[in-house]
This record gives sequence, structure tokens and C-alpha cells, in this order.
Amino acid sequence: MDILLQQIINGLTTGSVYAVVALGYTMVYGVIQLINFAHGEVVMIGAMVAFSVITSLAGSGLPPLVIVMAAVVAAIPSCMLMGYLLEHVAYRPLRHAPRLAPLITAIGMSIILQHLALLLWGRNPLAFPQIIDNRVFGIGGAAISSVQIAIILLSLTMMAGLSWFVYRTRFGIAIRATAENVHVAGLMGVNADRVIAATFVIGAGLGAVAGVMYGSYYGIAHYTMGFSLGLKAFSAAVLGGIGNIAGAMLGGILLGLVEALGTGYVGELTDLCHWPIASGMLAGHCADGGNFVLFGSNYQDVFAFLMLILVLVFRPSGLLGERVSERA
Amino acid sequence: MNTVLLEARNIGKRFGGVQAHGAGKTTLFNVFTGLYPRDSGEVWFGGAPLGLESPHAVAAAGIARTFQNIRLFGNMTALENVMVGRHVRTRAGVFGAILRSRAERAEEAAIRRRGDELLHYVGIADRANDLARHLSYGDQRRLEIARALATDPKLLALDEPAAGMNATETAALRSLIEGLRKDGLTVLLIEHDVKLVMGLCDRVAVLDYGEKIAEDVPEAVRANPKVIEAYLGTGTA
Amino acid sequence: MKTPRERIGLALIALALIALPFVLAAAGTAWVRITNFAVLFVLLSLGLNIVVGFAGLLDLGYVAFYAVGAYVYALLASPHFGLHLPFWVILPIGAAVACIAGVILGAPTLRLRGDYLAIVTLGFGEIVRIFMNNLSAPVNLTNGPKGINRIDSFQIGPVNFSSTDTLAGLAFSGPIKYYYFLLLVLLAVIVINRRLQDSRIGRAWVAIREDEVAAKASGINTRNIKLLAFAMGASFGGIAGGMFAAMQTFVSPESFVLNESIMVLAMVVLGGMGNIWGVIAGAMLLSFVPELLRYTVEPAQMALFGKLLVDPEVLRMLVFGLALVLTMRFRPAGLWPETRHRREMSENRR
Repeated sequence: MDILLQQIINGLTTGSVYAVVALGYTMVYGVIQLINFAHGEVVMIGAMVAFSVITSLAGSGLPPLVIVMAAVVAAIPSCMLMGYLLEHVAYRPLRHAPRLAPLITAIGMSIILQHLALLLWGRNPLAFPQIIDNRVFGIGGAAISSVQIAIILLSLTMMAGLSWFVYRTRFGIAIRATAENVHVAGLMGVNADRVIAATFVIGAGLGAVAGVMYGSYYGIAHYTMGFSLGLKAFSAAVLGGIGNIAGAMLGGILLGLVEALGTGYVGELTDLCHWPIASGMLAGHCADGGNFVLFGSNYQDVFAFLMLILVLVFRPSGLLGERVSERA
Repeated sequence: MNTVLLEARNIGKRFGGVQAHGAGKTTLFNVFTGLYPRDSGEVWFGGAPLGLESPHAVAAAGIARTFQNIRLFGNMTALENVMVGRHVRTRAGVFGAILRSRAERAEEAAIRRRGDELLHYVGIADRANDLARHLSYGDQRRLEIARALATDPKLLALDEPAAGMNATETAALRSLIEGLRKDGLTVLLIEHDVKLVMGLCDRVAVLDYGEKIAEDVPEAVRANPKVIEAYLGTGTA
Repeated sequence: MKTPRERIGLALIALALIALPFVLAAAGTAWVRITNFAVLFVLLSLGLNIVVGFAGLLDLGYVAFYAVGAYVYALLASPHFGLHLPFWVILPIGAAVACIAGVILGAPTLRLRGDYLAIVTLGFGEIVRIFMNNLSAPVNLTNGPKGINRIDSFQIGPVNFSSTDTLAGLAFSGPIKYYYFLLLVLLAVIVINRRLQDSRIGRAWVAIREDEVAAKASGINTRNIKLLAFAMGASFGGIAGGMFAAMQTFVSPESFVLNESIMVLAMVVLGGMGNIWGVIAGAMLLSFVPELLRYTVEPAQMALFGKLLVDPEVLRMLVFGLALVLTMRFRPAGLWPETRHRREMSENRR
């Protein structure tokens, strides 16, 4: 099996989910410079709603594709409503408050949503029923499943659709104008409140689909899944340059690849038995093909955070983004 | 920002810069006090080039400043604002503060005394215990000057101190600056209130789009044709 | 200094605090334990208050320093490495290691704008937890998710904090001893915080919080002063962590999740960022309300529905989440806001 190609395929899959979630962070940040910390929770709710729909329809005899479509169709409006309420109830009253106030509110909302989900769906991880026959295709010594293909294609479609919307439609132009300068956009007749609400709703809608994709890829949904997924997607948005839509897509895919390749190779790279200097000293461990691995694939979640810290420290503007350091 | 050479020679002079709006005075100011990075060139102060990498080093070297759009520590009292200004001239650290050593207590008392003195000096001693954000506009300007003075500057740089002031407040400001000069402080005044600058300053430089077009005693600058064209020619004076 | 009336008041409060554990013990040792944990959270909140309240740096990974302190204690006083150092040696080591961790985190990140700093500290907290979870191989440092067991209790001379001693007819149980120890530490921490607040350093912290640019221009080396806030906050976290390890005699990565950071943050925010007494009150409130809910909501649900619909643990987190949201919405300065104004006035009167 070709490990490199396999990890690239896996990385592209998770990366495209990260990218779609990152779009939610970046659009909101673009217009109101708020890290919508609760976005990860919105994604989680999307996965949970989808889970409920799929389990309740699983025995109904409907074709699997129809069931999945129904799940997506149910998740999108639920999450959109959630996004709208978040903006309206939690963030809007704080629009002129000091910068950290809405962030603290966002953290509070995130905790609230998480535990409401716990009440509704329980403490245990929920296994998605296997309704789709997940076929696996071999390419060049690696395997790609139909779910992976679907995730990558669907993500690309959504990204293309969003790009078209933001760059080609009237309302999209209003969003970009607001991101550029709220006051000037207001003078030009853009209704900032509507634009801001729209970015939340659109981001949440994308997040809903991402939640369904993530849930079906790993086969489970859990009330805490939004936290690390959200943090990773936020890292992706920062990597690409927060506020920049193309950046979020690029950052998501890159982060997915880094994470997959890092996880795939970190064990081998930090196996001291492969290091000539150390292997002598560790002869006891390294004999008979033994190994002495410092960091194994269980450090998977560290990569995103390390990347986030490194990007913020060395290139806070991200790959394609605006400056974020303190303005004098 | 193009090359700008400003020279203030003698202690006790007021040096004013006048210029048309948007010509780069605040930018110059921010470069000068280390808030913005400069592309090239140096700022010389007291016979040596200033390392401009950090604003606090500029303050330590003896240049204090105020801001065009007043920047006080709003939720601290007026006295505390001035006491913060003493930071750069005092030493107490964490352990001194926790142990309340004799040296630390003496220093703290000295800081407080100096703070009181400076509030008296700028004339807002009665507001010492009010939060800075509760002060009137004119008092806030004074407080900012007091805070700057607390750093024991050799040069006090005022960024449009008269902006937004009415005639009475401007007159009071003028006498405050006169007093500073009498006490031997060099003042760099960046201002577009031509009357204030011409009346107060010993030397005046005029900037136009980041370029110095004149520098001389006020009377000569007033007569300079370039200045008249660039600034006065717009009909504002 | 103080009026006679104030002195009598203080003496009464002191007496009440000294008598409290015996009153609580009458209601059940569990309540002494709950009180001890409340005090522990007060300590954490006061530490975080230096970072968030004084210096205005939103630190979402504060639990990492708590964890560092706890693991330092666990490793140096348990059969895991066979080390059994006395607590008065380990607590300072824990504080120092946590302090170093604070500097390591702070040095590269403190120039970031506030909200980015928040997310980076959050990431840091997660990294620390992931390492604790996984540093069981190739060398077993932390024992992984299983955690470290059989940690030594405090021992002062012949008095061991894990057993009950009887003195003058009073039974001093382990939790009661810890209570008194915590009370002493709390007193010291309050004094330290008060003194720091009224010092050159404390003013510099608040100045940075109020306006970083003006603070710089006023001659404050903002990078160093912020780093100092991080280091101080982290040290307090480390000490609290050490005591946590000793009181629990068991630590595992489970205890140091993000929610813990958020709980401490909620206490600081609800009480009033920057106000020591407010933060103490906030921590007490948010420690006891969930416990009271636990003791009322659980039986109430059993009586009404015959089963547990809402787990008190969930309710607790909902309370914390709501505390954050509602405080920011209706009382952004907290229930007991920092009143530098009044404080300054009373000092002048002195």
C-alpha cells in the first residue's frame, strides 16, 4: 500500500471538511472581526440532526441516498436557524462592546450549545447506521472510498458555489463591501445588519453539511465533536488568512494534508531506532526490529494547534490574508 | 514618508510644525516615537541616534508624547494615570511589591507625591481621584500632558493639543505650554492652528506631503512663498 | 488604620471562617470537601484575574498551568517514580515549573491581538492535555489516561492530612486540615494580589489593559510586563494544582479539560474582572450554586418524574455558560465591578 498517496487522500477528505467549516469562521470574521467560537457547535448540531434523521428513517425502506438527502435537508435549516439566533440573541447586542466581550459570549454560547446537545442526544458517541454501501476503489496502491469521493466533490461544489455567490451576486458584493468597511458600505446603501446576519446563516448552512460529512466519514457523532473540529477549522482559516474566503479553502485543505501526513509519518520520524546516534544507546529497545517512538500517531490533534501557533507567531496575516497585529 | 529633517537645538525652545491636513504629521510623530517602523533614516536625540525599535525605549531616552485623539487609561483615576507615567523612572518589581520593602514603600510614596505635584502643575489637582474617562475634554488634555511630564522628558512632543478646543481652552493650553518652556523643557508642537504655533514657537517647520518645505523663525516662515503657496495659499489663513 | 468597628467585623469574619469547617462537618464531610474545592477555585480565579482582570489578556488555557502544578506534585510525591518529597518542597517547584510554562507560552504569543491570544492559549491548553494523555510511551512519564494514583497527602511533622486527629475533643479530619491550609494560602494570595494591584507593576498591568499603545508611549515595556502577568498567573495556577493533586491523591488528564478553564474564566467574569473581592465572590457563587442545584434538582427530578432527566453535571456547565453570556450582556463589568475610584478615595482618607 502506498502510504504517501493514502495519507494524501485522507488529508484531502478531512481537509475539505475543515475548509467548509473554516468558511463559516472566516466570513463572520471578515465582516465583524469576531471569532464565532460557537461555530464548531453549530457544525456538531448539524451532525446530530442528521444522525437523528438517518436513524429514524433507516428502517423505513427508503433508498439510502434519499435518507441521506433528507438528513442534509433537515440539518441545513436547523443550523441556519441556530446561526441566526446566535447572531441575533448573543452577538448583536454586543456589537459596540469592547472587543473581548463578544468572544467571551461566544465561549459561553459554545458551552451552552454543547450541553444542550448532551441533554438531547446523550453523553455517548452515536454511531451512524451504515446505510450506504461504502465501496472502496483502489488507485495507485491506495484506497479511496465512495464516502471520501462524495465528501471531496460535495465540498468543492459548495466552495465553488460560495465563491460564485460572493464574487458574482449583488448580495455577495454587499458582503465583501461590508468586510472592507462597514461604514462606507452603509453609506452605499448596504444594510449591514442584514449582511452580518447573512454571513452567520450562510456559514451555519455550510457548517451543517460539513457536520453531516464529518459524521458520516468517521461514522460517529458526539456532543464534544464541535470543539476540536471547530478549533481545527479556525486554525485553517487563520492559516489561509482570516477574513479571506479563498484563504479558508486553501488553509483547510493544507491543514488536512499536514495533519494526515504528520500523523502518518511522525511515528517513523521520531523513532529513535532510526537515528544512528540514538539507536546505539537504545540497543535493548531496538534489537529485533523493535522501536522507540517518541511521538506516535496519537498526537494527531497536536498538529493543528502547533500549526495555528506557528502561523500566528511567524505569519499572523496567514497565507493570503490581512495584517492582524495590533494597530497603533 | 519622505526625508524630514527637524532640528531642535536649544533646551527651552518650542519647536512647532505646521502643515496642511493629511501631510503626514501624525505619521511623522508615530515614526518619531517608535510606534511605526521606519524604512530608513535615523532620529537623533541629545547627540546620539535613538534606537526606535520600541516606544518605551524612546520614552526612557527622554521623549514623551501626547496623542491627537487623547489616549488615557480611562478606568484609572487621574492620579493613577500620572503615576503610570513614573513607571519608566522607577524600579520596583514583583518581589518589592509583594514584600513591601522599605525601598519600595519610599518609591511608591515618591511616585504618588510626584503625581500630585504634576496634577497641581497642570491645574487639575481637584480631579485627582476621578476616573480619567469622567474628566472634561480640556482636563483630559491636561492629564495627558501631566502623564507625559511624569516620565521626566527632555523633549515633550504634543500631537495637535489644541484640536477640538474652544478659544478659552486654547488660551489656557497656551499658558500651560508657555510655563513648560519657562521651566526649561523643549516642546515639539505639531499643530495646524497656525495662530497658536506662530505665537508660541521659536522655530517653525512646515511639512507638505511628508516633505519639509520651510524651517525658520516664525516671521520668516510666514513670509516664505512656498509656505504661502502650500498652506496659506489655500485661503485658510 | 482601621476603625474599631471594622476591627470587630474582621475578627468576627475570622472566627466564622475558623469555625466553619466544624459546622459544615456536622452537615457531612462532603460539604467540607466542597468548600475546599470552592477555595481552590477561588485561588485559581485570583491567579487568572491577574492575567485577565488586571492585564486584560484573555487566557483560555489557564487550566494547563493548574495541570502542570498537579502533575509536578504527582510525580514527585507518589509511587510512580518512587519519589516522596515533602509538600513544602514540591509546591514551590510546581509554581516555578508552571511559571516557566507560562513564559514559554507567553513569549512568542503576547504580541498577538487579544482574540488571537485567546485562541492560541486555548490551543496550548489542549496540547498540554494531549501530552499528558500520551506521555506514557516510550518512557512512562505521566501514565497516560490512567493517571497517577496513590499521591501522598500533606504531612507536617507527625500530622498527616489523610487521617483524622483529635485535639481538645475536636475531630480534625483530613478535609478540615486541608481547609485550614487552604485558608492560609488564600490569605497569602489575597495579600499578594492586593499589594501587586497597588504597585508600580499592578498599575502597568491595568494601563496595558486600558490602552496598550498609550502604555507603551508612557514608557512601559509592555512585552515584559505582560509576560510577568502570565508568569504570575501561571505560578498561582501551579500552586493550586499541587494542592489539588494532594487533596485528590489522584490526577488524570480528565481533570484538566477546556471546561475547567472556562469555569475559572466564568468566575472571574461574573465576579468582576480586576476586582479581587468580586472575583472571590464570583468563584464562591459559581462553586456553590451548582452544588446546591445538585442537592435540590436531583431529588426534585426523582420525585417529579421518577428518573433523572437533567444530569446535575450538565446543569452545572449550563450555569457557567449562562453566567458568561448574561454577564457580558447585562453587567459587562461583573456583579461586583472594579471600583478604582472608591478604592482610591478610601486610601486618601487613611
